[in-house]
Amino acid sequence: MIIVDSLTKKYGGFTAVAHVTFRAEPGRVTGFLGPNGAGKSTTMRILVGLTPASAGDVTLLGRRYADLPNPGREIGVLLDASAQHAGRTGREILTLAQRTMRVPRSRVDEMLELVSLTEDESGRRVKDYSLGMRQRLGIATALIGDPEVLVLDEPANGLDPAGIRWMRDLLRGFANQGGTVLLSSHLLHEIEVIADDLVVIGNGRIVAAGTKSELLEAAGTFAAAPDPAVLAAALTEAGHSAEQALGGVRTDADPAAVGRVALAAGVPLTELRPADGAGLEEMFLELTKDNAREEVAA
Amino acid sequence: MSTAAVMENPRLAESERSHTEHAPIPFRTVFGVELRKAFDTRSGFWLLAAIAAAGVIATGAVLAFASDSDLTYDNFAAAIGVPMTILLPVVAILAVTGEWSQRAGLTTFTLVPDRARVIRAKLAVTLTIGLASMALALGVGALGNVIGTGLKGVDTTWDLSFSSILYIVGADLIGMLVGFTLGILTRNSAGAIVGYFSYWFVLPTLSMVLAANQSWFEKAQPWVDFSFNQNRMYDGGFSGQDWAQFATTGTAWLLLPLAFGLWRVLRAEVK
Ligand SMILES: Nc1ncnc2c1ncn2[C@@H]1O[C@H](COP(=O)(O)OP(=O)(O)O)[C@@H](O)[C@H]1O
Ligand SMILES: [Mg+2]
Repeated sequence: MIIVDSLTKKYGGFTAVAHVTFRAEPGRVTGFLGPNGAGKSTTMRILVGLTPASAGDVTLLGRRYADLPNPGREIGVLLDASAQHAGRTGREILTLAQRTMRVPRSRVDEMLELVSLTEDESGRRVKDYSLGMRQRLGIATALIGDPEVLVLDEPANGLDPAGIRWMRDLLRGFANQGGTVLLSSHLLHEIEVIADDLVVIGNGRIVAAGTKSELLEAAGTFAAAPDPAVLAAALTEAGHSAEQALGGVRTDADPAAVGRVALAAGVPLTELRPADGAGLEEMFLELTKDNAREEVAA
Repeated sequence: MSTAAVMENPRLAESERSHTEHAPIPFRTVFGVELRKAFDTRSGFWLLAAIAAAGVIATGAVLAFASDSDLTYDNFAAAIGVPMTILLPVVAILAVTGEWSQRAGLTTFTLVPDRARVIRAKLAVTLTIGLASMALALGVGALGNVIGTGLKGVDTTWDLSFSSILYIVGADLIGMLVGFTLGILTRNSAGAIVGYFSYWFVLPTLSMVLAANQSWFEKAQPWVDFSFNQNRMYDGGFSGQDWAQFATTGTAWLLLPLAFGLWRVLRAEVK
């Protein structure tokens, strides 16, 4: 369990993270979603005590991170897979973690096997690793202490599709065993397939949070018709919201209600489906656009 | 790299898993890990290997080239000591700066959030490596002295007093502390190494030239120039006033910057 309470981080006059509040629950994968520069990494660094907060509190398993007697045994952390001494081998990096946490030496080989790094690869220096291999090594380091909580910053970066699939299954298994997973991403689709709960951040503020199904249901229904305007008018008349988009109409009515309205109005439907994630996607695009504008202006 | 099968996350044995309270990480564990980190990279390994090799080569050079009367323990120890004096502070620098220059600190300081503890372990490792290297140097030097004089059939001379040895060891450890401090202040390998060589080679020369030309500085130098005092230690025999000058300059140039650097390191964000 991770509880983040009104976390704020200021760099001089710039507020990178503003009153961020959310929870990551045990048994669930919580996706921390936001465009580049939204404040995900800053929040995660504060979580584990690498960056001091300007205000607010974080507790992990009921304590502040700095008060954990042997943090690696309770919280597995991967913030930046490339932040390793380039001259060490993968195996050596795992061995250092294993020794610091005081877990059995056999864990090193178990973890290498878990993340599919071969004997040969584990003996190479990290400077010769691809980003995907570094991510795997980072996940191995996070898991070696058999923690209850995982905090992973953009762990899917650099993984190939098979690797992303592998990680999804791994994190799902970890959550099913009762673990808490918090992982960040700047890609909606990437996080959509892994997460149970979503926390969306933009410009340092939480803009949406809830279970994935809540956020997706909030998106309503999408229906297409040869003449969307007629369908939209009929839906409005029936007391539903209606917004024309993508050659169709998006509405808060459920698909059955849309079907009845269309039948009554004599409008043939060419498409009828839950507007899966469209609302979220649009909100997310909106956030990204805002950001892009700011970057251009800056 | 195959990704065919997804493995279950292997859990620790039930007995290894503690559901209540984990024991705090003991200092000796942090020390052991930091000691390992001094050797487990190519740069660290070769640096320490170079120190050992330089000692053996220096002994060989004295054996090969020194005249019979120069085959004294003092000369052996000095020949071995010089490369060590120059290289040991680099060990101290890299012990600190790797966490930032190589960003390894992201892992180090998440596994041991008490940064002061990590820094203390690094300091202990630095001094341990320093003392072990110097013990090795004195041993190799003694061996060279016995063999050398034995081969040439001259009397074996032990002309290095215990107190001189203490001064030399002290001066070398101070050199390592200077490196350590520069590492803490710059948090950057290249910057700290350049800083250290400036301290070691450029500063004393400038200071010497100034002292030779300005009589006021010649009088003030012992009270303001720390490298002057450090260098004087190799000759030993400090008077009360020498110690006072050493303490004054050491506080100003070593302890205060170190305290300032530590203060920043403990607060700065690691990223
Ligand atoms: N040390 C710093 N000084 C000033 N601004 C910073 C600093 N670190 C991060 N920021 C700013 O804080 C914002 C959030 O950054 P970050 O947490 O890295 O975003 P994300 O991980 O979501 O991409 C960005 O605008 C970034 O430029
Ligand atoms: Mg980031």
